[in-house]
Amino acid sequence: MKEFEPIIVAFCCHYCAYTAADMAGSMRLAYPPNVKIIKVPCSGKVSAIHVMRALEKGADGVMVAGCLEGDCHFKDGNVKAAKRVSQVRRLLDEIGMGPERVEMVTLSAGMGERFARVTGEFTEKIRALGPNPVKETLAGRARAAAASS
Amino acid sequence: MITAERKPLEEILTLIEPCDRILLVGCNECVTVCAAGGRKEVALLSSALQMARMKEGRTLDVTELTLERQCDPEYVEELVTSIDRGDAVLSMACGCGVQEVARRFKEKPVFPAVNTKFMGASERQGVWAERCQGCGDCLLGLTGGICPIARCSKRLLNGPCGGSSSGKCEINPDVDCAWQLIWDRLKALGLESRYEDIAPPKDWRTSRDGGPRRIIREDLAS
Repeated sequence: MKEFEPIIVAFCCHYCAYTAADMAGSMRLAYPPNVKIIKVPCSGKVSAIHVMRALEKGADGVMVAGCLEGDCHFKDGNVKAAKRVSQVRRLLDEIGMGPERVEMVTLSAGMGERFARVTGEFTEKIRALGPNPVKETLAGRARAAAASS
Repeated sequence: MITAERKPLEEILTLIEPCDRILLVGCNECVTVCAAGGRKEVALLSSALQMARMKEGRTLDVTELTLERQCDPEYVEELVTSIDRGDAVLSMACGCGVQEVARRFKEKPVFPAVNTKFMGASERQGVWAERCQGCGDCLLGLTGGICPIARCSKRLLNGPCGGSSSGKCEINPDVDCAWQLIWDRLKALGLESRYEDIAPPKDWRTSRDGGPRRIIREDLAS
């Protein structure tokens, strides 16, 4: 059986994580191709619903990456993002999906090595957890829609 | 405002168990301000419910709608065009909104998604506290703008009681003694003498004790 390749959505702040991902590339550090980066102007721009919708549409894990505490370009967007991530984790726990599929990380623009490491670790954690349990139903629905068209 | 909190998801899922399609209706008023049932919360609940269903191998078709006010028939009427898109309505409004939808659409099951809590004010972002019990005979003019009915645990009219200690109530050290607050406020206003006035027993017929209440404004009533 083909090994499960998780889809990871990473909301990356323009001022830190996005640049750190770039830095990882410049440093020739590999990070998993599973990670799909969405650039945001600040991690505080990420609402709980963005994370939920990513999972609902089939992402296996979602990471929100913001600046180190005290370093937010917009004062405290990263603190707000961390609270929203906690809110989503509680919500996922309530529906029996467990909180582990969503994580908040903080780093600075110069931490290319850290970006490669945390995305690698997160990808492996999600791989161990297995596919997002909603995926099978999503695929079934897509097959039914294709058959009826 | 009227404050509310979302019900546990397990309870909501049990309520809508037989439904394959639901109309999830939020309200733009109080429950939006207290972040319990506005457009954002509707979207979050919709997503959570759909994922909970898909996890079990079933699907749930959710139509999201947020009305300007669910406690006014004029706005509830807007649901006419979408009411058939759900086997039931799941309302994120306060109890008034839920009942107004149920009254208008008699054939449609209507379930509450929030627990309505109290009439309160925002102390700071994310924190709401009870401030009014709607007793129907406001005393705030006599008590320095602090309500002994809503904020004193015993609703004392002539407080404080012996349970007041260092400005806190005996029920919980985090709860201010309302009568300490009243005294401090009267003092700040130079109205200490008012504290000496003994309040007579309150006529509770204006409150819930007189049964369900109505207001009829002859100049406005149609």
